[in-house]
Amino acid sequence: MVQRKAKNMKWETVIGVEVHVETNTKTKMFCRCSADYFGAKPNTHVCPVCLGLPGALPTTNEEAIKKCIIVGLALGCDISERSIFERKNYFYPDLPKGYQISQYRWPLCVGGSIDIEGKNRKKTIRINRAHQEEDTGKLSHRGNETFIDFNRSGLPLVEIVTEADFRDSSEVRDYGKKLQQIIRAIGVSKADMEKGDMRLEANISVRPEGQKELPNYRVELKNINSFKFIADAIDTEVARQIEILESGGKISQQTRGYNEDKHETFLQREKEEANDYRYFPEPDLLPLVPDRALVEKLKLKANASDPAKKLTVLVAKYNLGEKLVSTLMGQGMVEFFEEAVQISGDGSAKALATYITNRKIDPTKQKPQDLVDEINAKGQNMAGQNQIVEASKEAIEQSEKMVTDYKAGKTNSIQGLIGQVMKKTQGKADPQKAREILEKLLK
Amino acid sequence: MNDITSLSLTHTIIDLKDKKFSPQELNTAYLARIQKLNPKLNAYLHLNESSDKIPVAIKDLISVKDLPMTCGSRILEGYVPPYNATVVNKLASNGISIIGKTNLDEFAMGSSGENSAYSPAKNPWDTTKVPGGSSSGSAVAVSADLCAFALGTDTGGSIRQPASLCGVVGLKPSYGRVSRYGAQAMASSLDQIGPITKTVEDAKLVLSWIEGEDGQDNNVVSKSKIQSPPLKNLKGAKVGIPIEYFREGLDSEVEKVVKAAINKLKDLGAEVVEVSLPNTKYAVSVYYLIMASEVSSNLARYDGIRFGQDRSKFGPETKRRIMLGTFALSTGYFDDYFIKAAKVRTLIRNDFKEAFKKCDVIVGPVSPTVAWNIGKKTQDPLAMYLSDVYTIPSALAGLPGLSVPCGFASNLPVGLQILGQYMNDETVLSVGQQYQEATEWYKERPKT
Repeated sequence: MVQRKAKNMKWETVIGVEVHVETNTKTKMFCRCSADYFGAKPNTHVCPVCLGLPGALPTTNEEAIKKCIIVGLALGCDISERSIFERKNYFYPDLPKGYQISQYRWPLCVGGSIDIEGKNRKKTIRINRAHQEEDTGKLSHRGNETFIDFNRSGLPLVEIVTEADFRDSSEVRDYGKKLQQIIRAIGVSKADMEKGDMRLEANISVRPEGQKELPNYRVELKNINSFKFIADAIDTEVARQIEILESGGKISQQTRGYNEDKHETFLQREKEEANDYRYFPEPDLLPLVPDRALVEKLKLKANASDPAKKLTVLVAKYNLGEKLVSTLMGQGMVEFFEEAVQISGDGSAKALATYITNRKIDPTKQKPQDLVDEINAKGQNMAGQNQIVEASKEAIEQSEKMVTDYKAGKTNSIQGLIGQVMKKTQGKADPQKAREILEKLLK
Repeated sequence: MNDITSLSLTHTIIDLKDKKFSPQELNTAYLARIQKLNPKLNAYLHLNESSDKIPVAIKDLISVKDLPMTCGSRILEGYVPPYNATVVNKLASNGISIIGKTNLDEFAMGSSGENSAYSPAKNPWDTTKVPGGSSSGSAVAVSADLCAFALGTDTGGSIRQPASLCGVVGLKPSYGRVSRYGAQAMASSLDQIGPITKTVEDAKLVLSWIEGEDGQDNNVVSKSKIQSPPLKNLKGAKVGIPIEYFREGLDSEVEKVVKAAINKLKDLGAEVVEVSLPNTKYAVSVYYLIMASEVSSNLARYDGIRFGQDRSKFGPETKRRIMLGTFALSTGYFDDYFIKAAKVRTLIRNDFKEAFKKCDVIVGPVSPTVAWNIGKKTQDPLAMYLSDVYTIPSALAGLPGLSVPCGFASNLPVGLQILGQYMNDETVLSVGQQYQEATEWYKERPKT
């Protein structure tokens, strides 16, 4: 809680959070363009529908709807019997139709909650809704020119909206991390903030402590694309607001961005009145009536959202150590790992998990198949036992300090020795084997 | 005149099979006629001289790959669609080629053709008269034998009314019968693509080509779900006459012609019953709220960024409807306008459901008057809106409607409107066919 005394007044921060998650479907939300656009040449994953050409019509991606339902279930939402897409009308160069197909009055998932640790006590954050919508294109500016890439236009987005339940920045950060874990556990998105698969917006205002009503303004803080900056961005903004209020000023309804280098928020858009999006039911799409049997089936997938449950399942299934599994989960690589295991067989689970966690694989650049091929190729060139023993002996002779440290109980220093062995064998040694040999030689 | 351009689509197909002429000869004949008459009639905005199969004219808001598309607006000047509308692909796979794109009221907004940014098409029966709208060019092209048949779109009467005013057959299929994919949307919950033809059997044939699911229009109803059996014979059939369609506003000469047509149906064995559609009086207001609301959103994509020109190029009627619709959807007005209109729309739909408990089809006039003088209503939008008073209610209800030539008033054509139950387009066509066979009106052609 941010508190300052002035004229004997204490302030309370009130924050509500909106998170957009790009779900990992094969095709876009309302057309069949490939959704795998990361790194692709601009405007190559486009068609009349996602370019908003005259006459084009949307058709719903069922896979995306399933994933939105799984998100809803994982957050404890009710899945609506009948949900309706609406048009959110506004002009922006990255919005080709002049409206975004979204949900407003009849969202797919309603209610729900997430428990967070909080600063001093456990706390429940209420989820207002999780609804399905589509992403916009992406603008980039070079000099006086602006370029638009529509590859992202029409990608499925799930928007998760909380009630204004947060009272300080650490709660928001905890919520974001917890939500990211859940999204990764149910496997509907990589939920990578830096890459933009997960975007967080905080609606921030402050009120005198003791006041029950919500403040009559709020500032929307956007473009925070890393957990590192969430707390700092919010604290900076709260401090700015309190300063204005304490000097007798009024805070206007606005959208602000955060500059992580300067540690300050900056004005992006002044909203004198709330935007009038003129929502009305999207006449081009039929109402969604989720099949109840399907919803029941999806509940099983949503149960994987409990990280503790998921961890136990993976440990048992692949006979792996808990630490290794939780590293995989933390890196968001479970799905990648499971795909790789499917290709090369359960026997290789441990080797794969170790390899993935050590190398920090970038799943946008490398597919599970590539990884398996890479490991197999290395396997054929693997350094033999003798070669590793020779290299290990050499390493021990040449690294006196590491050896002394190791013998003094700093067992971590063996990593340095393993590194030496890898170097000497041009990376052909199995690091696990090198460790075993080094340990033997050092006894 | 025995020109091959006077043949119906059905006869053209037969004669081509019998090798009475070749597709090349057919296209040459049509192109020659277009060269001669189009300067006077302004039916076509673009021609496709490489047409080499049975030539169709396409309303210029339906996408045809590599042919310019204007939607009758300056804002789309320079736009060439990179893809075909579903109906265009379906026609192509049935041996049809596009001979040209036809004139229309800008973005299909109008009842006279005068809102075209490329000067209006003219009525071939009297070039000082309007051809009706918004599918003006398509109706003119069929009426003047400038194509074997045409496609139009109908939102509140834009196929049926110009067909009536030009003395040809026009079918607005049930909403959800034909995919809208590739047709610039005016009001998405109302728009439907349909044929304008020389005969009823031609309309039936074209519908069979263009209808059905394509996976690109969510609102197309699967054919397996269409159950109502078509009415085969007029003998013993019940024809409903809505009392509200024969009140003030209907031109007395038009009324005489339409009543004579109803008597003809009686002669053919139909039983005529009076029905009531009590909410008809609200239909035009409801239509102008829902349609304008959807228009304001559908035309938002014209921002001049990816294609076309900037928004100042919209014509005055288009601007009027964008503003009306934007207003009706605004916070504070949405419930009073859009929502209320949507509720009354349901009442109008229920009117028809009630009426169809008493009859198999509903018949009446298409338009309250025959074609009027060019310029007469351009300063009075409300008078123009009221010319669609008989076609709007059934459009709001999504019902099929057919205009069949049924005589002349003041030497100008009059159309008989036949309305059917939802998805029972076959019954409408069947009644139209039987009426056509018992009369010769459809054979009348303007002297050009």
